[in-house]
Formats: sequence, C-alpha cells, structure tokens
Amino acid sequence: MSWKRSKSNGSGAGLGQRIGYVMAAPYFVHLAIFFGYPLLFAMVLVFHRWDIVTPMEFVGLKNFTRLFHDDLFFRALLNTGLFLVIHIPLQIFVSLFFAELLNSKLKGRSFFRTIYFLPVVVSGVVIAILFQQLFAFETGYINSVLSALGGERIPWLVSPEWAMPTIALMATWKNVGFYIILFLVGLQNIPASMYEVAFLEGATTWQRWTRVTIPLLNPMMVTVVVLSTIGGFSLFIEPYILTGGGPLNSTLSALLYIYNQAFYFGHMGYAAALGLFFALIILIVVLLQRRFVEEDIY
Amino acid sequence: MKKTLGYIALFIGLIAFAYPFVWMVLATFKPEVEIGSLAPFPSVWSLDSYRMVFETIPIGRAFLNSLIVVVSVTCSVLFFGTTTAYALAKLKWKGRETAFNIILFTMMVPFTVMLIPLYTLVVSLGWTDSLIGLIVPFMMNATAILILRQSFLTLPTDILEAARIDGCSEWRILFTIVWPLSIPAIVTAGILVFIGSWNEVLWPMMVIRQEEWMTMPQMVALFSVGGGAQSKLGPQLAAAVLLGIPIVVAYLYFQKHFISSLASTGLKG
Repeated sequence: MSWKRSKSNGSGAGLGQRIGYVMAAPYFVHLAIFFGYPLLFAMVLVFHRWDIVTPMEFVGLKNFTRLFHDDLFFRALLNTGLFLVIHIPLQIFVSLFFAELLNSKLKGRSFFRTIYFLPVVVSGVVIAILFQQLFAFETGYINSVLSALGGERIPWLVSPEWAMPTIALMATWKNVGFYIILFLVGLQNIPASMYEVAFLEGATTWQRWTRVTIPLLNPMMVTVVVLSTIGGFSLFIEPYILTGGGPLNSTLSALLYIYNQAFYFGHMGYAAALGLFFALIILIVVLLQRRFVEEDIY
Repeated sequence: MKKTLGYIALFIGLIAFAYPFVWMVLATFKPEVEIGSLAPFPSVWSLDSYRMVFETIPIGRAFLNSLIVVVSVTCSVLFFGTTTAYALAKLKWKGRETAFNIILFTMMVPFTVMLIPLYTLVVSLGWTDSLIGLIVPFMMNATAILILRQSFLTLPTDILEAARIDGCSEWRILFTIVWPLSIPAIVTAGILVFIGSWNEVLWPMMVIRQEEWMTMPQMVALFSVGGGAQSKLGPQLAAAVLLGIPIVVAYLYFQKHFISSLASTGLKG
C-alpha cells in the first residue's frame, strides 16, 4: 500500500495519503448509502409492483409496457414540453433585455438588480400562492385592472388553454432575476475592443447586437438554456398549488404525475419506472440542446 | 433621450418585480372582502388574516422544524464539504481523480431517478415523519464540494507545506489556515445550501404526513390547497408572507453574497 511507504519516508507531502482517505470517507460512505444504493435499487424497483406495505411482486417489463400506453403520462410530458417552449424563449428575451439595460451606465443599477433578483430567493410556494390570487378569475387583481380598463376578464388559471401559459409566465417572473445576472456576467466578459472595432466599421446598433453581442454571448446562452431546461423539467409545486394539474389535466406536469402515481395510488414500482424514463428524456433533451445551441464562434 | 427610455424600462421592471410583493403584504392587512379591490391600502388595517393563520396551523412549530433542518443541513454540508474538498484539492491519495469523477457523475444523474428509491429507503429506515428523514439524506452536497474545491485549489501550497513542516496536523491546517482564507467560498456554498434547504418542498411532502414534523413551505402549501384556510384569501397570503419573511430579510442583509452565490451555480458550468 502506497500510503504506508510514504508515511515511513516522513516527507511532508506524504502525510496527505492516509488523512486524505479519512477526510473524504464520510462523503463517500454517505454517497454509497443515499445515492449508490437508491440508484441500484431503482433498477430493481422498475421491474416490480410495490405499494411499500405488502411485499414486492416481480412483474418483468410490465411497468414499461404500461408506461408506453399511458396516455396521461404522455399528456404530462407534452404539458411539460409546452411549458418549456413558452418559458425558455420568454425568459431569454426578458433577461437579456434587462441585462443589457443593467450593463449600460445608468444610475442605481445595483438597486434595480437587487429588486429584480428578489423573486429568485423567495420560495416557489410563496410565489404560487401570490399568483393564484393575482390571477384569480373573479377576485384577482390582474382581471380587476383589465376590466377597469374596459377589457375582458381572462380565465388565466381556469381554462385549459390559458393555464399552462400562465404558469410559464409565473415561472419566468420568478427566475428572470437569476438569468439577468448570468447574462450580465456574460456581457461584461465581452472585450470592449470588439465593440470598438464594430463602431469603426460603422456597424448599426442592430448589427452590433447580432454580429458581436449574441455570438460572443453563446457560452452563457448555452448555460442559460440548459439550466432553465433542467429547472423547467422539475416543475411541480406551481401546478400543485395553482391548479392541482387541472383544468382537464392541462397543467399536469411530468413530476406531478410521478408524485401522484407514488403517493396517491401507491404505485412505487411504476413511479420509479416513470422517473427513470423521464430522466432519460431530460438527458437527451439537454444533450440535444448542447449540440444545437452551442456553436463554434471562431 | 436614450437614457430616459432606459430609466423608464428599469422602472417598469421595478414595478413588475416588486409591486406583487407590496400588494401581497398590503392585502394581508385588508379585511377579506377588500382583497379583490383595486384600492392599494386597506380601509381598516386588520390583523385577522394573521390571527387565523396562528389559530389554525402550528406555524411556529413549522418554523422551528425548518430552522432545525436548515441549520443542520447547512452546517453538515459545510463541515463535510470542506473536509472532502480539502482532500480532493490539497492531499495526495490513490484514487483521488476517480473519486472526483464520481462526484461529477452524481451531478449528472437527474434527480427524478432517485426520488422514489430514496423515499423507499427512508421508509425502510423508519425515518418518515421525522426530521432525521429531512436532514440525513442531504447532509452532503456535491455542488458545495465543487465550489469549495475550486477555491482551495487557488491557495498556495507553500503555506500548507510550511505548516506541515512546523508539525501542524492536516485538521489544524484545514481549520486554522484553509478556512480563514476561503471565507468567500464557504459563504457562497453556505448561502446556496441555506436557500435550497429553506425552500425545499417536494421532499417534505413525500416524507412528512404528521403536522408536527412539517417544515414551513410544506405547511403553508397544504394550508393553501388543503382545507385549512377555508378558501379565505387573506390567511393564505398571510401564511405566504410569514414563509417569505426569513429569506427576504436574510437576502436584503447579505444581498451581494446571495446574488454571487446563486450565480456561481451557473457560472462554473
């Protein structure tokens, strides 16, 4: 064993050997129990029917055949996809807009940044309860303002067409502050000389944006797209509080469906299979995004 | 002209992000019938909404549960995070690179795979309806280790060597030399874990059923969707305000650290 040897030669660097294992051990023991074991057990669980109370029953691939015929799960996946399709572009647009503003020489920038970031730190539960009231059909503040201005009341959370877009709007509102900061860092990393060259060549504001800012911002764009995708896939508490997945399952997210399968119906094996399948989808989507969003800027 | 437009846009943003919170806080002091109205201030300031929250649910108990969970998780993550990160960054041992790659791998596995089997593990350990079930699975955190390791790597090895020659143990080096030199990274990791742990709601909703062990986000969520609030709007908002206050106070106090800490999760990738 090499640590014994180094201990006997008594050199300073060698002291690291044994103590290194001692210091890292608790983490890896914990990892083995609370990550390794569940990961392996997941591979067993997906082939069983289990309600936790009665013994496990081996069902082979039944959970997976059931999954592929589960219309409601695919509905939940589509709902989650719709959420992402609205949420991500909206988020990129709004956060880039404010990042660009905060990157200019306006006064009070740090004050504005502090306020924009506030929804990021507040619990999703708080935001969901707040939006439920703001967007309520009869009593909601937003609809009261709309009707005071002579407009129609919008069935934000009570119609199948509006509910998911409203939730996407809410999630965007909550997370924009975070992505403003990321884009701000990205913008500040663009060398001023690039803009000087663009200026000397007589580029318009639009050209400066499309030829300098957007291409040089690409690495941050990839980060933002990937992070908001992963965040969006974990959509749970917002529909849980706002709509319970309704109306007509229009806001049932994949995670909410898995939760329901496990905790309302006690289908642990099936829920584990859904979780595994959903994880594969997440990985594939993120890999595809990296493939298509990431570009070689040179 | 361009500047004026810029300020107008910034103020629109300010209203969009801040006014809903202002509205929420004011609404909790309004009598129930006025909550839907457009008047910004209550006609009579009333504490009825808060009174109902405190009379219906043990929210003080939930606050205490949350506090115990958050403090235990944060302290544990920082303690074991620094020892692990120190071993990975500054000590030489066989298998170190493999160990580091394992940590990176754990971060790539989507949590939806782990959710159900981790829950069944906690059930078989008999940890449901207990704070142990909320704390122990989250006592270690890979992101914190990455942040701390990154910071430790920048420390000059000379100082550590000098201390070793003077006969310092690695533990003493870690806590008396490395820690004080790495305060920013420790604060970053600490805040990250603190926010995540305070706001976590899915896991408690799986593990806890009895009211006495619920954390604040879970209790407030169930108060709102379950029958607790009797569909009254004021108490739901009041409970939400109570849930938001601790983190907002902490944020306004340490705002620069909060922002850079959360941003670091995106920047290292």
